Amino acid sequence: MTMMAPGNPVRLGARLLKACVCALGVLAAPDPAAAADDAAILAARPPALLSQFGFFADMARQVPAEGVLPFKPATPLFTDFAVKRRFVYVPAGQSARYDPQEALDFPVGSALVKTFAYLAEERPGGLRLVETRVLLRQQAGWQAWAYVWDEQQSDAELNLAGARIPMEVPTLDGRTEAITYAVPNKNQCKGCHAINGEVTPIGPKARNLNHAIDFGDGPQNQLARWAQAGILTGLPEVSQVSSVPDWLDTDAPLDARARAWLDINCAHCHRREGAASNSGLFLTWGETDRVALGVNKRPVAAGRGAGDLSFDIVPGDPEASILLYRVESAEAGIMMPELGRSLVDPRAVTLLREWIAAMR
Amino acid sequence: MTSFLSRTALAVLVAVSPAALAAAAEIKVSAAEGNQKLIEALILAQEGDTIVLEAGRWDLTEGLSLDADGVAIRGAGADRSILSFKGQTGAGEGLLVTSDRVVLEDFAVEDTRGDGIKSKSSDQITFRNLRVEWTNGPDENNGSYGVYPVSSRNVLIEGVTVRGASDAGIYVGQSQDIVVRDNIAEYNVAGIEIENSFRADVHGNTATHNTGGILIFDLPNLPVQGGHDIRVFDNDVVDNDTANFAPKGNIVAIVPKGVGIMVMANRNVHVFANRLSGNGTAHVLVAAYPNDYDDDSYMFVPRGVYVHDNVYGEGGYAPDGEVGETITGVTGEPVPDIVWDGVTRIPEWLSWVSAENRVYIDEPEGTTFANLKMISQLLLPWSTRPDRDITGYAGSLPEPQAVRLAQDTRG
Repeated sequence: MTMMAPGNPVRLGARLLKACVCALGVLAAPDPAAAADDAAILAARPPALLSQFGFFADMARQVPAEGVLPFKPATPLFTDFAVKRRFVYVPAGQSARYDPQEALDFPVGSALVKTFAYLAEERPGGLRLVETRVLLRQQAGWQAWAYVWDEQQSDAELNLAGARIPMEVPTLDGRTEAITYAVPNKNQCKGCHAINGEVTPIGPKARNLNHAIDFGDGPQNQLARWAQAGILTGLPEVSQVSSVPDWLDTDAPLDARARAWLDINCAHCHRREGAASNSGLFLTWGETDRVALGVNKRPVAAGRGAGDLSFDIVPGDPEASILLYRVESAEAGIMMPELGRSLVDPRAVTLLREWIAAMR
Repeated sequence: MTSFLSRTALAVLVAVSPAALAAAAEIKVSAAEGNQKLIEALILAQEGDTIVLEAGRWDLTEGLSLDADGVAIRGAGADRSILSFKGQTGAGEGLLVTSDRVVLEDFAVEDTRGDGIKSKSSDQITFRNLRVEWTNGPDENNGSYGVYPVSSRNVLIEGVTVRGASDAGIYVGQSQDIVVRDNIAEYNVAGIEIENSFRADVHGNTATHNTGGILIFDLPNLPVQGGHDIRVFDNDVVDNDTANFAPKGNIVAIVPKGVGIMVMANRNVHVFANRLSGNGTAHVLVAAYPNDYDDDSYMFVPRGVYVHDNVYGEGGYAPDGEVGETITGVTGEPVPDIVWDGVTRIPEWLSWVSAENRVYIDEPEGTTFANLKMISQLLLPWSTRPDRDITGYAGSLPEPQAVRLAQDTRG
């Protein structure tokens, strides 16, 4: 066993020291010795505190530990304007396998970490941290857990039953809006992260990682970086890998931007293997059946979500399209996606309106 | 007596594995302990557990979900353990079940923003002695479905009361092996609807004061279609007289007020020994899917429908809406007890329909009927009269076997 045991005295000492420093109100400096704890990732029960995974060198500033890489999808899921910090960990000597369509196939012991935060100048790292969700690849499959940050941002605590946090969040036009931020419970995690009933990552698909981000040593294509770091195998020439655009990049084709947005915001349920398979509405990036994409498709179980409209998408007529109606709503029973947001993203509404208006 | 006992003992042995026995626990939750306790109990439930909802009322703000196999949720009665979603701000339904071998019984779900209780991809799901209700009565802002198993197998719904759904009170979609018995569905748009499903027995139910009582539908462009082998028998389908309050885009929005039993598309549907009265548009309506669609694998006309030995009271005296107008345009008033639109595929219209695909009617003396012959009406409006000769439809189809469910101890 070369992996570091959770009871390692050196690390325990480091933690105690860190805890003391925090208690004095001084934030810990990045811990250069920090490393992800393989045993914690594989344990049958999740640790009570996020720090126990060892994913971060500096928790409050979201600085990853050695061996933990940041990543960023080209187009993200909308979560009430939350800023997200994402990290991937693959155990030493192992690697994820490339997949042209689905999420990369991560080996047992891998972890995907996603922190939800809001910009807050006065705070360390300029972020108010709300929650961090972890997906842990264990022998029996992926496990999903959520950790809610304490007010001091010293650590985050495991939350099983979900939480509703009243807070003010910044909107696009510089105002703030009062929302009830919803931390999902364990079953709700699966509501989105399930393919054929099995928990599955959504974001790290090759097409969504096939662009450059700054790793602190200059920009580099993420897939290339992962391959270089030895955590990704089977990667074809990057130019051969499909890619989705940043949905806000107005230089990208309108159709690709809209499809990228639908792919990441809707298609985790709206696909043949997803929670909304019975709807017959399938919005994955690769979908080619126009009726399945919603064009002149009647709703099946939309109920009042249909808003007195007859078709999911009426080409050229956004206001007659149920898809736009539901993205534009923030009311339970009507809004889509039905989890993960309480606000409307006006940029998405604009994009989809233009997309449907331009459709023939 | 002996054989009954041994059968019960065997059923218990088969249903409960030793591991489940070891882990089985009864987890009591009360409303006084707050919502969080209930949410945690559902998340932490394990195979064999029973979550007991003590009498009381939970005021929930978000949907509940159960994802553990082999769990029962049992209340103290449909009027005593109440999950109220009046203040719901999130999720598409009140309670979502995504696991197998689940029993839900003796509690109520009220006023959800979307659907009441949904099961998705469940095998052996039982809804028993529940009440799902929108307490403000019929309203287009009510949720769509009360009890809503979808993409599920071995579905048992019994002793449930459903009121106020803006689509269907009891809706079984894209599922197979289904028993819907001894339920009360009232003041919904559709009382009971079986859609794109295989092998269903719908019997002993009361469907009253809905827009339409019992609907057997098949729709295009869905992962599961070609509904077939359905028996609708021994139901009381009476006084369905609530104006249609479904939001327009939904298929049930086409149903006129006062339809008893409606069969649309589907194959091998048997409607018999039901008691129908007070249905103002028509007691039994057999029809093709009326909308345009783009789906080569979809069969839009009903194939093999056998209607027999039902008892008809007053009906057809208040035909409603566009459908009512279309019918009376052909038949005049009152509308006959049984109406078939007469739509077939064009090659069949030009020749004949094979025996197993026909509509057969064998009803008591005095039952009225019309085949609207809608294709002829469209193509040859001046020379077409409806066919009211019920004797021309005599015959029968072999009845599907009774549906047997693994979890059904009564079956």
